Amino acid sequence: MAKDFEFEKSIIELEARIKELQAISETGKVDLSREIRAITEKVDALKNDVYGNLDPWQITQVARHINRPSTLDLIKHLCGEEFVELHGDRLFGDDPAIVSGIGRIGEQRVMIIGHQKGHDTEENIYRNFGMPHPEGYRKALRMMRTAERFGLPIIAFIDTPGAFPGIGAEERGQSDAIARNLAEMSGIRVPILCFVTGEGGSGGALAIGVGDRVFMFEFSVYSVITAEGCAAILWNDPAKTKEAAIALKLRASNLLEAGIIDGILPEPIGGAHRNHQMAADEIKKQIEKHLPSLLAMNADKLLDERYKKFRGMGRFTREEELEHA
Amino acid sequence: MGWFDKLTRPRRDTPSDLWKKCPACNETLLIKDLAKNLYLCSKCDHHLRMPLWDRIALLTDDNSFVEIDHDMKSVDPLNFVDSKPYPERMVEAIKKTDVNEAVATGRATLSGRKVFLGVMNFDFMGGSMGSVVGEKLTKILELGAQEKSPVIIVSASGGARMQEGIFSLMQMAKTSAAVKRLNQAAVPFVSIMTDPTTGGVSASFASLGDVNIAEPGALIGFAGPRVIEQTIRQKLPEGFQRSKFLLEHGMLDCVIHRRVMKNTVARILRLLLA
Repeated sequence: MAKDFEFEKSIIELEARIKELQAISETGKVDLSREIRAITEKVDALKNDVYGNLDPWQITQVARHINRPSTLDLIKHLCGEEFVELHGDRLFGDDPAIVSGIGRIGEQRVMIIGHQKGHDTEENIYRNFGMPHPEGYRKALRMMRTAERFGLPIIAFIDTPGAFPGIGAEERGQSDAIARNLAEMSGIRVPILCFVTGEGGSGGALAIGVGDRVFMFEFSVYSVITAEGCAAILWNDPAKTKEAAIALKLRASNLLEAGIIDGILPEPIGGAHRNHQMAADEIKKQIEKHLPSLLAMNADKLLDERYKKFRGMGRFTREEELEHA
Repeated sequence: MGWFDKLTRPRRDTPSDLWKKCPACNETLLIKDLAKNLYLCSKCDHHLRMPLWDRIALLTDDNSFVEIDHDMKSVDPLNFVDSKPYPERMVEAIKKTDVNEAVATGRATLSGRKVFLGVMNFDFMGGSMGSVVGEKLTKILELGAQEKSPVIIVSASGGARMQEGIFSLMQMAKTSAAVKRLNQAAVPFVSIMTDPTTGGVSASFASLGDVNIAEPGALIGFAGPRVIEQTIRQKLPEGFQRSKFLLEHGMLDCVIHRRVMKNTVARILRLLLA
């Protein structure tokens, strides 16, 4: 995938121009600070304009940006040295598309689980583009049980196009692995905070997404199927991807309105790929805000509320109500 | 046109609606005879898709099924329009099937034992799971736990209903959590997977039975075979994602012939619960 998007071309050109002028300025021969300031102002205005008006398909592209902060990037910024990655499902193998481990964020010990995409083609092939096999989900479940045993709250980072559709995945029970996680996560007796950091792709995302609080980044997406998949199936036309992205209402603001998520984390202008530290800081803020009350809660009550949260999701009516309407 | 239309539209290669071709051996079968023969092919014994009410009759004691939530109907939370608005598709599906949604749930007795039964209806938008399907199934799973009555769900579904977007996805979490509660109440859940059981249904409650049963030859899997073929760019082997394949890979407890399904479920419940 290209690093830059069509809609940010003019921004990138102007930014390059600023760099050039700065380089000339630094030689000390001419003072270009006025020009630089003028262009910088222009870029900032342009950025606000462009990124403030992205359509759902453009947001999907930002959510998939190759430099989007990955789980390991976020762990680095959140935990520094104080993190140990833990591998393997103890049944079949270790899935590089999901990473997990124990760490410390500020004073708080946590279990972190997240999908892992790569920042280049080679890494993406190794990570299977963040598309887990059953062993990835089973590793995640093993980590949740470890977390429960040691009283560690769970932080989940969601960023996947979906669970991998392949022969091995089917042979080893992709459905079973996802279903099992959905059921078991509803009963894990420690707080679970989920963050959709990039792409929340269907059941493959939800399989680590049954949390007490679920947040999305401003330019992340979360949907029942990818826009491409939806276009292919419902429109029978892959060219209708943009229409599908609009129809699916997959933006953070749509999900907040629908009562599916609990909050939206702001991103730096242009998207989180431009500033990983800020993305990590926003996550830390939410953890510090929400975790203390969840940790103080009796575990039975925690589970009751988690159950009710998902129990209440869905919209329907009764025939009688329709007749009276 | 949606995928469910393509899958459920009666094949027009037979001269009239009186006939159906066996998808396995191509034998021409009289629909009247099929109904009498539990929708089994008289030549090769292939298990054809069974209509909703025949399925309910197959699994319950005579006239014991009392439907609940039959008046529950989908809304259009996303104002979803593809080639057709979602409400229009709903109207067509209701007209075609004469039911309000892709699952019927209720109380019944099975060989004298009180049970809750949910039967998915593939003819209704490909049996896809939206808010109503999720809600109705969650309800019987909860009732089962409360009243200590076993829950039996017969799946036939292409997966989540795309037209309800994220609400559909969340039905996977909702139904799976309800199965977990049923487990905790030590009340049996028997999941019967019929052709086809895929996507979000396969990846939620349908895989979570205390006992997972499939009918012979049913397509069961997370991803549909076409999606897999497109992803890996190779042809899938014969029998891939069919019942026998799942049994061999440890995903099913047993593959049971339709003729003995009711007796088998009754025996399982008898052995689990005395």
